Amino acid sequence: MLQAIADIVRLNGAEKHFGAVRALNGVDFHVGAGECVGLVGHNGAGKSTLMHMVAGTLRPDGGQIAVRGNQEASYSVARALELGIRCVFQELSLCPNLSVAENTRINHPSLAGFGWRRKAADLIRAKLDEIFPGHGISADDIAGDLSIGRRQMVEVARAFTLTREPLHLVILDEPTSSLDAHTAGQLLSFVRRFVEQGGSCILISHVLGEVLQHADRIVVMRDGKVVAADAASAFDRDRLVAAMGGAEGHQKAAAEARKIEAGALRVRARPARQPDDKELVARAGEIIGLAGLAGHGQTDLLLAIFSAASRARTGIEVTAPVALVAGDRQSDGIFSQWSIAQNIGIRSLARLRNGLLISPQREAELAEFWKKKIGIRTPDMNNNIYSLSGGNQQKALFARALGSDAEIVLMDDPMRGVDIGTKLEVYDLVREEAAKGRTFLWYTTETEELDNCDHVYVFKNGRIVANLRRDELTEEKIIQSSFGDAA
Amino acid sequence: MTALAPGTVPRTSPRGSAARARMLRSLLPALSLALVLIAIAWLNPRAISYFGFNLMLNLAIPIALATIAQMFVIAGNELDLSIGTFVGFVGCVTATWLREAPLLGVLVLLGSIGVYALLGALIHLRNLPSIVVTLGMSFVWQGLAILILPKPGGKAPDWLLAIISFKPPYIPFPILAALLIAAVVHFGLMRTSYGVILRGSGGNAAALRRAGWSLLRTKIVLFALTGLFGVLSGMALIGITTSADANIGNGYTLLSIAGVILGGGEFVGGRVSPIGAVIGALTLALAASPLLTFMHIPPDWQVAANGAILIIVLAARVLISRRER
Repeated sequence: MLQAIADIVRLNGAEKHFGAVRALNGVDFHVGAGECVGLVGHNGAGKSTLMHMVAGTLRPDGGQIAVRGNQEASYSVARALELGIRCVFQELSLCPNLSVAENTRINHPSLAGFGWRRKAADLIRAKLDEIFPGHGISADDIAGDLSIGRRQMVEVARAFTLTREPLHLVILDEPTSSLDAHTAGQLLSFVRRFVEQGGSCILISHVLGEVLQHADRIVVMRDGKVVAADAASAFDRDRLVAAMGGAEGHQKAAAEARKIEAGALRVRARPARQPDDKELVARAGEIIGLAGLAGHGQTDLLLAIFSAASRARTGIEVTAPVALVAGDRQSDGIFSQWSIAQNIGIRSLARLRNGLLISPQREAELAEFWKKKIGIRTPDMNNNIYSLSGGNQQKALFARALGSDAEIVLMDDPMRGVDIGTKLEVYDLVREEAAKGRTFLWYTTETEELDNCDHVYVFKNGRIVANLRRDELTEEKIIQSSFGDAA
Repeated sequence: MTALAPGTVPRTSPRGSAARARMLRSLLPALSLALVLIAIAWLNPRAISYFGFNLMLNLAIPIALATIAQMFVIAGNELDLSIGTFVGFVGCVTATWLREAPLLGVLVLLGSIGVYALLGALIHLRNLPSIVVTLGMSFVWQGLAILILPKPGGKAPDWLLAIISFKPPYIPFPILAALLIAAVVHFGLMRTSYGVILRGSGGNAAALRRAGWSLLRTKIVLFALTGLFGVLSGMALIGITTSADANIGNGYTLLSIAGVILGGGEFVGGRVSPIGAVIGALTLALAASPLLTFMHIPPDWQVAANGAILIIVLAARVLISRRER
């Protein structure tokens, strides 16, 4: 935007070091009033560090921060909240043991005294209704019982609730990573309404289309620096990718070239509540996509297939060993106390055994092989798994599945919150492994990922409603079948 | 990414079943208490009477208070291994100084709550494992108790005896006291706005810090509450036994932990239930000796039988939790 706008927040020469690593290297950044700033860059480019600074959770090692033109010498979370700056962090930050209303209370010190429960419940319910009509969440639901997508909806809505503190700037760090296309659209159009009423937003997303369409201005970060900043209209996808660096030269064409030969039958599965005789069929060497709105039975079917591999179940036939790549990696994927190597080896213990014990040497060999093959960025595979960035943690989980004897790999939306560079590497790997005869069942909430699939089954209310070949696959078709009455 | 008219509302069934399983699990403590009561009624119908309950639940009040004390630290993802010897220490102070020099006694008891608060601060600031710190403190409390009362003796203050021997009409005093304890703590921890913050510190401490709350303060408050209820437990115990012994509370450490877990609490994640904890304590108190005596189980085997009951109830809970998935 060309006209001078009053700054909400401005950082000059912000620096941050973590040990020897320079996470931020002299960054100048500002957000004006009534502006939505898109922030893009690979994982580890410094986006989250910068946002932690704006939100007051991290102190800069150098540089200044000014809010509405006033220098802030001792900036903190409490001060940021007082000034109307809030953040929805990438890691979900709800308390799983508390209800939705109680989680709202945590962010509002003024929700106290007699009747606070009702006030908190009304507040969050109204905001959820406003942002996500038809959300199906009750204020009394315990956060831990909600699906990951609904938890994200609650968290976003909570950031926009208003009590005593003002609200000027909301930082949304990957707000749509666990949302399906429909709710993501609801959120992004709400963001535009919020900005038009004079609020400001920082939108961080790996889905470049979201940023291009909904931000006024885009800032690109790489290696702890701002490498490009311009009006959103001045960018297109290619220019963004080029500015982010690293991921050039990939194109969908890689997927187009695959030829499909019908291999041996690997999986034949019918969802439990399927009324007709539609069923999911996967053969050796195929990549099968599971699409539709989030939480419509895709994960349930994957889990049913997973358990059918070890114990016979009616309606599901599985003919080879199975591995699962979990989507909610914090709760379902990672052994948080273990090293990267141990996390990779757990699915292959039988092969790592030496007599009765696990051979540390074989475990290290397996880990080292996958470190090279899949490019896990760490100095030492014996480090704790949490020393890795989110994208690299997910790579370790892929290595766990692909390093095992499993011929069938189930993927439960594993790429949420992963940067585009890592994604493209994993896509290549999946195609390569499929060409060797492995079968992939891939549930994803990102339509673009379905381009890698040979077949896509669309789910609605726990049933398969459509079976699309890759040449008839379009986003419209998927959305149409997700919403249409029984196809 | 286009906004679409919401033609359909996403289904909600998995959450419904999670809520049902949660409901079932929260009923489990009450269910196990009912089972124990039914067994007692069947073995010895005369025990189910005003007088019988007074006798059987006599020791339930101090156990319930100690369980509530333990519950507060567990709510903050910590564990207190010193609560048993602390109860013993409080007992010794109550049977000696509180009777002979009330001012000194009150100061010492308040000071011991202060020590608990400091322990909370120490554990938070130095990031120490609470198990280690409180295990160390358990020897400190025990040593102090022996210093105060080298051999069993002392006498409870008269006002304390008067409170404990209070006989309300119709409802036996221990039941009334249990209801009162459960109601007060439930309101304080589950219904007030600061109680939410205390439980949240066990659920997701990082989220709380980002929202601007002091985790040091929540930890201090939780530990101080543990100290407070430990003091109440020790006083109630002396009111019942009328005299003290330095080892009188030693069994309470594990009883209190078992009571919290039996009552539906979990070691981590801030999932605790005051009502459940009190019910768990009552169940333990009843299963501990009245039930087993009525079953003609010799005292030598009662401890083992008590453990078996615990294992059965916890196994039932695991089965129910599994259905939540």
